[in-house]
Amino acid sequence: MIDLDTWQEIFSIIHKNKLRTFLTGFSVAWGIFMLIILLGAGNGLKNGIFRNFEGSLINSMFIYGGRTTKPYKGMKEGRYIQLSNDDYREIKRNIPEVELISSLFNLPGQNYVAHDSRSVSFKIMTIFPDYQAIDKLKMLEGRFINNIDIREKRKVAAISPQVKKELFKHKDAIGEYIIVNGFLIRVVGVFEDDDNDDSDECIYLPITTAQLLYGGKKDISMLQLTIPSSSTKEAALDIEKRIRKQIGELHKFDPEDERAAHVSNSVEQTSEIMTVINAIRAFIWVIGIMTIVAGIVGVSNIMTIVVKERTKEIGIRKALGARPVSIIGMIMQEAVLITSISGFIGLLSGTVLLEFLRNKFPENRYFYNPEADIMIAVGATVLLITAGLLAGFFPARRAARIKPTVALRDE
Amino acid sequence: MVRLKNIHKTYHNGSPLHVLKGIDMTIEEGEFVSIMGSSGSGKSTLLNIIGILDNYDEGEYRLGDTHILNLSEKRAAFFRNKMIGFVFQSFNLINFKSAVENVALPLYYQKISRKKRNLMAMEYLDRLGLKEWADHTPNELSGGEKQRIAIARAMITKPRVILADEPTGALDTTTSYEVMRLLQEINDEGVTIIIVTHETDISKMTNRVVRLRDGVIEEQNREQE
Repeated sequence: MIDLDTWQEIFSIIHKNKLRTFLTGFSVAWGIFMLIILLGAGNGLKNGIFRNFEGSLINSMFIYGGRTTKPYKGMKEGRYIQLSNDDYREIKRNIPEVELISSLFNLPGQNYVAHDSRSVSFKIMTIFPDYQAIDKLKMLEGRFINNIDIREKRKVAAISPQVKKELFKHKDAIGEYIIVNGFLIRVVGVFEDDDNDDSDECIYLPITTAQLLYGGKKDISMLQLTIPSSSTKEAALDIEKRIRKQIGELHKFDPEDERAAHVSNSVEQTSEIMTVINAIRAFIWVIGIMTIVAGIVGVSNIMTIVVKERTKEIGIRKALGARPVSIIGMIMQEAVLITSISGFIGLLSGTVLLEFLRNKFPENRYFYNPEADIMIAVGATVLLITAGLLAGFFPARRAARIKPTVALRDE
Repeated sequence: MVRLKNIHKTYHNGSPLHVLKGIDMTIEEGEFVSIMGSSGSGKSTLLNIIGILDNYDEGEYRLGDTHILNLSEKRAAFFRNKMIGFVFQSFNLINFKSAVENVALPLYYQKISRKKRNLMAMEYLDRLGLKEWADHTPNELSGGEKQRIAIARAMITKPRVILADEPTGALDTTTSYEVMRLLQEINDEGVTIIIVTHETDISKMTNRVVRLRDGVIEEQNREQE
């Protein structure tokens, strides 16, 4: 059935019916083009939002000590709960869902940091190495606090670019010494924080060093940890409950006593953002499916009209000895040829435009990295071709079956 | 060549219309026959049945050695292609194809290569004096030219029967006579020709006239010459 001569016949038909060919092809190309643009734009929007909220998307928990409100095991209410290294150790050991964990110890009072003749007040955070990943700190120079620093209580610090600028101006900071509240500390790294929170003017020290130097003993100010971002709300709340119970055992308070230890759980916020992102995703799909449906309807319409328009021609061909199968084959092969070529054109032009948009807005806050899944686009093209085939098949079969006398009468 | 026995045909469009009421007719090989009758007499229906473009309800039809009854579309297409050439009043050329492509089309359905069939089509066009129109599409041609192209298309498969339904119906007198002369030439080569007409002067150019009236044969003049 598919031989060179058939194709020559089809090419000559296409060549001589340019408008019809164009209209069929255009509806397919347009459908695929729009699909790619919409999917791409939707994905760009989704990626933009995702990037904006990236920091907040981590399922993190903050734990502070509080004050008991219930008597427990013979102890009176109103006790202050002071978190310590033991809480850090026990939670790390007993709650397997915890991915990253760091305790933080705030130095009390004003903290002056000095280098050469300059002395400035900065916020001083004392942490575990995990904190880098929890707060998504990017190293610009050197390294962050590491486990050896923690173990050996080294006097080292990682500083922000603002701190570096204030203390060192344009000089190199790595390996230099700064004086923090009277102790000589060596700068090992400069980091940058993507989220614009208050860590702009900040110095990080190993928590063990800080506890040793500044008399913190075992005390910590708070614990910060993350759990898998895939955790459901229920799972997150369950982890929170177990953490409470763990701390309760250490400090002897009622695990139901919510104010004895404050746990702030970001799962509510995270699930809200995920809802928005999922809504966008669903929206993209709905639009995509609608576009394809519109394309299918368009192609089907055109194919029906094409067959109708060619009824008389089909009658003539039948009178001259065309078998029904050759009539159907002719119409279907023409349809496949036109839809696949124009589908490809739509695919190509859509992808080119998306690529252009991507280069045009490389760093837009709400529109980032628009991309269309090429498999979806190819699948949609195949779907349209199939639709064109089916839409062509039934009228073509009907036309091939009607008596030539009837077909010839058609004007 | 064509043997019809007691052919009946009824159309069922709304109220049933009994168009052919028992047609008995035999046409021998090499005859040039005209079927005459007023409009509605069933002459076109009869021609369509002979050409296997339409089926009949009752009776028996033999084309050559074949009993034409309930043929599959595929078999019908085969016979139309191999045995029969058609000429229509409205020419029925394909408008987007050139003259030579129209003439060559029946050979496409015989799976003859494009090159060869276009060569053959050119030969026929040349014979009918239409060679210079070969690349023109039908709407650039006059009625007479179109009908001659249609005749070339009917001839190209070397059919044993050519069926012409009012072949001169859309043509002026001079052109009509030219077309009839052409059909006569083809008949002289031994091809059986059956035409349907309602013009007496046209039917006079054939060897035999079959007159239909209200679905029955009124007269079969065998010795017209």
